Parts: sequence; C-alpha cells; structure tokens
Amino acid sequence: MRLLDLFRRPPPSAQLAKERLRIIVAQERSARGGPDYLPLLRRELLEVIRRYVNVDPEAVHINLDRAEGHEVLELSVALPQKS
Amino acid sequence: MTEIIVVTSGKGGVGKTTTSASVACGLARRGKRVAVIDFDIGLRNLDLIMGCERRVVYDFVNVIHGECTLKQALIRDKRIETLYVLAASQTRDKEALNTEGVKKVLEELAADGFDYILCDSPAGIEKGAHLAMYFADQAIVVVNPEVSSVRDSDRILGLLASKTKRAENGHGGVREHLLLTRYSPRRVATGEMMSVEDVKEILGLDVVGVIPESTDVLSASNAGTPVILNEESLVSQAYEDAVGRLLGEAIPLRYIEEPRKSFLARLFGT
Repeated sequence: MRLLDLFRRPPPSAQLAKERLRIIVAQERSARGGPDYLPLLRRELLEVIRRYVNVDPEAVHINLDRAEGHEVLELSVALPQKS
Repeated sequence: MTEIIVVTSGKGGVGKTTTSASVACGLARRGKRVAVIDFDIGLRNLDLIMGCERRVVYDFVNVIHGECTLKQALIRDKRIETLYVLAASQTRDKEALNTEGVKKVLEELAADGFDYILCDSPAGIEKGAHLAMYFADQAIVVVNPEVSSVRDSDRILGLLASKTKRAENGHGGVREHLLLTRYSPRRVATGEMMSVEDVKEILGLDVVGVIPESTDVLSASNAGTPVILNEESLVSQAYEDAVGRLLGEAIPLRYIEEPRKSFLARLFGT
C-alpha cells in the first residue's frame, strides 16, 4: 500500500479553492462601500432586459467607479448568441 | 497607552477564544497588564478556556448596567498575576451591550493602567461582533485555510475598514493581522489545503502567526489551561511567536513545512 501511495496523487483541490476565493472575494470587494441599492438595481435591470432578451443572470455586470468628483455607473450585458 | 486588540473571524469555530486566551496569556507573561473580555453575550465560553468558570460572580453586562464595579467583575488569573478576565453575561437579551457602556468599561480599564485589552468577538457580524471591533486599535483575524472561513474573514476586513471608530475618525484605520489556525503542513504539501501564501495573497494581509492543527488544543480546553501554557506543544510555541510578532519582533514562521522524510522511510511507512 505504501508503495502505491507514492504514485497516487490526490487532486490538487487547494488550487481550486484558491481560484474560487480569488473570484468571489474580488467580486464582493468591488460591491463593498458602494450604495446598498446596487444588488436590487442589478436584479430589476435584469428583469427588464429579460422581457426582451433571454439573458443569463450571470451575464449582467454592474460596476460603480469613483473618479475625482464624479461616479461612473457601468453596466454591461452579454447578449446570448443567436442560434 | 492602552492597546485594544479585537480577536475576530466572522465564521464560528475557527479558534477565536483559543487565540484570545493564549495571546492574552502570552502578553501577560511578558509583564504586560492584560484584560481579556468575552463579547459573546449569551454564550459565555472564554471563562472555561481560561479555567476560571467557577469564579465568575459578576460579568460584563453587570458592569455596564452598574450592578457592580469593574473591579468586582474582573477575575484575576491564578497563574499569571497581570492577567484579568471579564466574563460574558449569560443573558438572552441581545441588546444588553451598548456602545456607551462598552466605551465606559474600556476607558476605565485604560485609566486603570492596562497595557492591552483583548476583545474576544462572537462569530457573525451582528451587534456583539460589531461592538467587539468598534474601539479596536488592532485586529487579529483568525482564519482556517478553508473557503468559507477565508470568505467570512474578508467580510470582517470590510467591516474593520468601515465600521470602527478608527475608520470613522480617519485615524489610519485598524491595524490588521492574519492568524491561521488548524494548519496542516502535510495536507498543504499534498495540495489538499491552501498554504499560508495562498491565504495571504487572497486576503492581502500580513501573517502574525500560523498555528498547526493539533490535539493539544482540545486537551488544553478540556483542562481549562490556555494552550500557550503547555510549553511542550508546537501550538504553544507558535502562539508564543505570534505574541512576539504582535510586539514588533521579527520572528520567522515555524512549523509551516512538513519535515522531509527520506525515500526509504516513505516507502516503508516509518
């Protein structure tokens, strides 16, 4: 058994954990400090868009950038490919 | 000057109370006057870990409500004479703590000449956790190298950066330190557990200590002796190092790598 252990590598799940955390933490940090209405705004926009186009919930990105003296609300929607 | 340090994590069961007890002991053993306060109202536990549960007469909430003096409620440690414990109340009233009351107690401890006040935060992000961090100068964020603990810690970092007195006053914010617990160098080596570097990179914080996974932690809590006092344990040495780093000493991390076994030893499993 010990001899076999030398050749059997477990899947490197730590790498997976790190990748997932990097994405979710970055996403949550960008939402932090922003106004509380952003998640609701995102959901309502998604509802409106969906009346016309069938988009994936994941396809709507809202970003609020603060520059000197003004704020920019950035909205990007990835439309599905026509099949 | 009194330094107020909050021990926090977001997630429960990662080792906040174990860390509070050991860091408090470590600082006190170096001659500092230390008070350690249990902010987990309703779920008192620090007293058990410190081994003074049978000496609790008055608690934190009694002091805040003026039912006793602070001196009456402070429990002096039997092992280290500069160490004091303030127990949490068992009340179910979550509103028992308030900002003014906590401020008064902390100010009285400062006026009494305490060097360090450790605030053992409850899990979660509700009132107790908020008040435990609100007046802090420094924060020890306790993290297990595991996804939910790391994510919750990041939430806590967000709160430390916005919902604390230092953040509100613009006094440069709270100094944050990362403390990893339940670390298993063997599982890191096999790729099953995130490494110190991984967690450090995700959270972007300096590491003040890495505590190896060990059965010594359970034995210590069974006995009511903070694990740092079990000097033969690697856990104790790791906490001792962390205390040194908190005080500004440059101490390299230990016990984060698996001792190398020879090829033959691995082959025969010895």
